[in-house]
Amino acid sequence: MLALQKMTGAQRIAWVFLFPNLLIFGLFTFLPIFLNFFYATTGSDRILLPDRPYVGLENFQSLLACESYLDPNSCARDIFWRAVHNTGWFVILQVGFMILFSLVTAMVLNRDIPLRGFFRSVFFYPVLLSPVVVALIWKWILQRYGVLNAGLEAWELPVTNWLVEADWAFFWIVFVSIWAHMGFYTLILLAGLQAIPSDVYEAAEMDGASKWRVFSKITMPLLMPTMVVVIVLSLIRAVQAFDEIFVLTGGGPGSATTLLLQYIYETGFAYRPQLFGLAAAASLLMAAVLLVLTLLQLAATRRQAEG
Amino acid sequence: MKTSHLLSGIAFAAMFAAVPVSAAELRFACYQDGVECDAWSEAFKTFESENPGTTVAVDVVPYKSIVEGLPLQLASGEGPDLARVTDLGGLAQYMLDVTPYVSDAAKIEEQYGKTLAWTRVNGPDDKGIYAIMDQQTATGPFVNKTLFDQAGVEMPGKGATYEDWAKAAKEVAEKTQTPYPMAMDRSGHRYMGPAISYGAKVFDDQGNPITVDDGFRGWSEQFVEWNNDGTVAKEVWAGAGGSSYQDAAKEFTNGSLVMYVSGSWQIGRFGRDIGDAFDWVAVPAPCGPGGCTGIPGGAAIAAFKHTKSPEELGKLIEFISREDVQAEVLAKTKNIPANQSLQVKGIDYENASEDEKAALTTFASALSEFSPVAFQFQGYKNNRAIMNAIATRVTQAIVGESTLDEALERVDTDVKEAVAAAK
Repeated sequence: MLALQKMTGAQRIAWVFLFPNLLIFGLFTFLPIFLNFFYATTGSDRILLPDRPYVGLENFQSLLACESYLDPNSCARDIFWRAVHNTGWFVILQVGFMILFSLVTAMVLNRDIPLRGFFRSVFFYPVLLSPVVVALIWKWILQRYGVLNAGLEAWELPVTNWLVEADWAFFWIVFVSIWAHMGFYTLILLAGLQAIPSDVYEAAEMDGASKWRVFSKITMPLLMPTMVVVIVLSLIRAVQAFDEIFVLTGGGPGSATTLLLQYIYETGFAYRPQLFGLAAAASLLMAAVLLVLTLLQLAATRRQAEG
Repeated sequence: MKTSHLLSGIAFAAMFAAVPVSAAELRFACYQDGVECDAWSEAFKTFESENPGTTVAVDVVPYKSIVEGLPLQLASGEGPDLARVTDLGGLAQYMLDVTPYVSDAAKIEEQYGKTLAWTRVNGPDDKGIYAIMDQQTATGPFVNKTLFDQAGVEMPGKGATYEDWAKAAKEVAEKTQTPYPMAMDRSGHRYMGPAISYGAKVFDDQGNPITVDDGFRGWSEQFVEWNNDGTVAKEVWAGAGGSSYQDAAKEFTNGSLVMYVSGSWQIGRFGRDIGDAFDWVAVPAPCGPGGCTGIPGGAAIAAFKHTKSPEELGKLIEFISREDVQAEVLAKTKNIPANQSLQVKGIDYENASEDEKAALTTFASALSEFSPVAFQFQGYKNNRAIMNAIATRVTQAIVGESTLDEALERVDTDVKEAVAAAK
């Protein structure tokens, strides 16, 4: 090792240790991204890049061709735009409500309540379940002759075909996703809350600050770095949502719960012919949107910190 | 003297050690609806005993892997040596013509020629042997006979229309308080049987797809209406998205469905799952202005070009084609034979109930009366693109995302785009 350090120099030896990880990261992350750019500019259903004809930006043009972006039916790729709209609403609702519920739960679990350890476990448990298991459990609950309808019928309440009605299906994919992932973010926020010094709260209490004032002037500002992490992670995760939804609803009814990642998967792999170029273009557009959102988020956070 | 003996011994051992022993392992990717992979695994033991040094490794995989994963493997020059597949036309480009490696190609042609045509995509002169059907299937309806009996409703006979069956099934459902009068697998393949019966021509004179025409439209209008008025179980088609396949077998086996449009591959499953819970029957394909047809199909065991053991693969394909081997496997899987001789002789199905035997007979008989258009559709190399478009777009019409006119226009557009991309 000393000989190696002498050979490379003290500064460069770090790269030697990083090389294996960089090699794997490059091979399985950067190379696919790099290839994706090429695929996005090709047509045909051939899988091997040399066999695919160059089509320039045709795939992007096809995806973006609309008379009105607010009306998917006016678009050449109507299902892509349905997926865009669905993803947008899903992100807003899922991220918004999940963070709210996670924060409330974390604040409750941060108090000295009976059976606190048990409840922390209960809220975290869904995170440990496979997404497929989560979806199958809820599918069993929500299907026409499932547990929920059986219960409602027993109480002589109206039943609904929950997964066949578009609005209800969308509600349930948001609900199930929150249920499945809330525990993870609750845990992060709980850690953030526990990192806040207790003497700050004691000082506020001595000064007679109201609970809302304590929350808005002490808890939230001090929790903001953790909150940024939660927002960024949950946002990215929401845009990339696929697994629970695909098993629960298959993107249906129709395409009411088809999100972007499912569109990409189906376009590139499930449909015949397999339109890899179109799928690659869609994934790049999604990545671009994600990048912009993340940068905006970080910029807003930086401004808030500086203010 | 001892040294001399030692050297002699070494020479003797080296003589045998130098003799090369050929060995080949053929990998078979297999999906099963029932017990098909198990039956073939058992049959291949005979092949291995007849061909020392060659082994067949059966990898049981989900059907989804065959549909989505296998084409990618093959396109990149990888994958199993052979696979049990259904997309014969679509995968034909990757298949190996084993004619040079079989001992009696003429016999295989004689016994399987009709279905071999489905893999011959290289023009009228293509006489290759690429895959052997291990079952032939027919799409069509199953009916819960017990419910009809309980309701006191007479089942429509041969020649009855879809409307006749819908009316009868609704009456039965009402009288017996059964949730679903009718259901159809969410599949473009199931859809095309009634579509052709309603008069869909599917192809023009040059063999190009003209999916949407008056016949196709007529069936689509009816199907969408029935989904929305409760005649057809809406959740089967509306409860999924994209081109996802969804069946209604569970609803049929638990007795909550009067009439189920699926296919003959379900027979073994129904025999096992229904048992003596109720009587069930397969019925001939209902009729429309265009005839009385389902879609033929089935699974075939296909050889692939990238194999490193073409000779052994050819022998295996020939083994699979043998009448005695087919009979043995089909007796266990309870499927309709593709082998011409066995179609005449019949199969002595193992442990088959009377319902199973009757259903197999019905489907085999119906198959012989299917429309030539249905056979043409089954062999069309881009038929899966048509099926995907149907599942996606018709569902959009059912759930109201688009009007039926818009949906059918999209079907047409999707198919044209797919055909262009696949060239």
